[in-house]
Amino acid sequence: MIKLLNWFSAGRTSGKYTLPFVVILLSITVLASAANLLLPQDSALYVSTYSITLLGKYLCYAMLALAVDIIWGYCGILSLGHGAFFALGGYAMGMYLMRQIGDRGVYGNPLLPDFMVFLDWKELPWFWLGMDQFWFAMVMAVLVPGLLAFVFGWLAFRSRVTGVYLSIMTQALTYALLLAFFRNEMGFGGNNGLTDFKEILGFDLQADTTRVSLFLITAILLAVILMLSQRILSSRLGKVTLAVRDSEARTRFIGYRTECYKVWLFVYSAVIAGVAGALYVPQVGIINPGEFSPINSIEIVIWVAVGGRGTLIGAIIGALLVNYAKTRFTAIMPDGWLFALGALFVLVTLYLPKGLMGLYGQLTSKRLTKGEQEAAS
Amino acid sequence: MSTLDQSLQGLRDTFRRDQVWPFLAPEQAQVDVGNQMILYVEGLNLSFDGFKALNNLNLYVGDGELRCLIGANGAGKTTLMDVITGKTQCDSGTVYFGQNHNLLTKDEADIAQLGIGRKFQKPTVFEEQTVFDNLELSLKTDKRVLPTLFSRLSPSEIDRIDEVLAIIGLRKQRFMKAGALSHGQKQWLEIGMLLVSDPRLLLIDEPVAGMTAQETERTAELLTSLAGERTVIVVEHDMEFVRSIARTVTVLHQGSVLAEGTMDQIQNNKDVIEVYLGEEQDDEGNLAGVMA
Repeated sequence: MIKLLNWFSAGRTSGKYTLPFVVILLSITVLASAANLLLPQDSALYVSTYSITLLGKYLCYAMLALAVDIIWGYCGILSLGHGAFFALGGYAMGMYLMRQIGDRGVYGNPLLPDFMVFLDWKELPWFWLGMDQFWFAMVMAVLVPGLLAFVFGWLAFRSRVTGVYLSIMTQALTYALLLAFFRNEMGFGGNNGLTDFKEILGFDLQADTTRVSLFLITAILLAVILMLSQRILSSRLGKVTLAVRDSEARTRFIGYRTECYKVWLFVYSAVIAGVAGALYVPQVGIINPGEFSPINSIEIVIWVAVGGRGTLIGAIIGALLVNYAKTRFTAIMPDGWLFALGALFVLVTLYLPKGLMGLYGQLTSKRLTKGEQEAAS
Repeated sequence: MSTLDQSLQGLRDTFRRDQVWPFLAPEQAQVDVGNQMILYVEGLNLSFDGFKALNNLNLYVGDGELRCLIGANGAGKTTLMDVITGKTQCDSGTVYFGQNHNLLTKDEADIAQLGIGRKFQKPTVFEEQTVFDNLELSLKTDKRVLPTLFSRLSPSEIDRIDEVLAIIGLRKQRFMKAGALSHGQKQWLEIGMLLVSDPRLLLIDEPVAGMTAQETERTAELLTSLAGERTVIVVEHDMEFVRSIARTVTVLHQGSVLAEGTMDQIQNNKDVIEVYLGEEQDDEGNLAGVMA
């Protein structure tokens, strides 16, 4: 136990921006929450519940970007299918919320969700059993993405599939899941997905307090995952991870079984994506197969590229900025967003290969050298 | 003897009390060098699309020896190293490390952990990490995932890294990124990465390529000082360098061993002269020139 505590505290020394970033993140979260709950609606500083939910959604995306950055930025595995793990986590939460509706659905069936009654199913499929328990659903939200990542990673990394082939396989994985979840026979609500949720753990999902609590929980979990990841990646395991990224063959020849490292990192990343998905669903109120869409997974990669690969904080900042831009842009010019996104990706690849964090690093180092020159003269 | 008897006999053999089933026997971690030999390569064959890269190759290397492998391009030097370190599967043959470790059944990581270190032709170090981190990663430790996650540098490990930094002359550069080192320094760092892992056998591919004369000299000193305690196999094209370090030289030609002996014996060897110079010439000075 002491060993574990030591291990955590040691992490605070590395990644000098992590702690300030976490403090800023959490204080903004708390301020926004307080502004929503304590201030009257006509106050100038009042933050609407809509904004709170939107921010909560962004934070879920940020967590997802963090997951992709861990394997792409640090281990060089470009996953174009991380949306799949996010969606699976979301479905686990969705199934729980669906069972919580109980007999308040349109058809009033106490056991079966509406879409099953509509399909004329008589009993609950086996994989819906136990999903009315919150803890069980949460275990599934972590376990299912983790298990899928383990099996996929085990097969892919042991056969030494790398680079663009691996990216294509991850893309195929999420596309296959998209098609599967579209089918009504799968038992996940088909095209419409799961929606019309009422409450979570007995709290009304529409209430301001529930919304704010979900937002706070998302922010806290994001901070915890960020610090944990920073710690893991600054241990020797992180060094091995970078070594695998830069020269996998060399790493093997000094005695590391690189496929094991890749599999576990992939699983860790998928679990984070699953958690992000589970937090996302109660805030947006719907989960449907659209989340598996390959384009979503590619968007995540763009968030990370914009923020800066291999920086963790960069991924979070990238996700927040791009999604804010998306919200703004789609309001002004709905059709133009994909073009803007594509242009953004091209520009970042050409002019900001290290993303915004890289730009920041460049600017500060320039200022430093300038300062030194002035001091010298 | 009837079939029944035969199968009964087989069964009895299987359950003999004085033996342990192979899969239950503990794998001996120690390398058995009882016969003063550390590497046995026998009857190795490997072909790529019909091209015989290795052709019934036999090679024995004694414990603590410094062996030079020479040969023209395509003679199979690098391929041989690939097979020994588990990078390439061979078609037939056996490779034993000591008397008890069959290297052909193991993968790269296993072979590295047995104590076989390899330096590539092109220096490959982890460019984004510091010199110190490069050496830390190469330490002889438990290299499974969880132990690596919770590992801490022990004082003795730090001492070991310092020691190696002194040997390879990169003390001042310890916190520099490996990518910022010069070509020769990268070569040394890579040798240092081998040393810090305390290997029994070092396979070194072209250690002095791209080095200045002075650097070459220091590398020669370093390699000769390693032999004895460790076994070193060096592949090199620079004949001057080979002459300065070699005690035994093996000449490879078209995937098999053409000749073996001291440098002088090699240069006077008829087959070698024939292969390298054609029949009309046998001047030994020219030979060195051509082979270099």
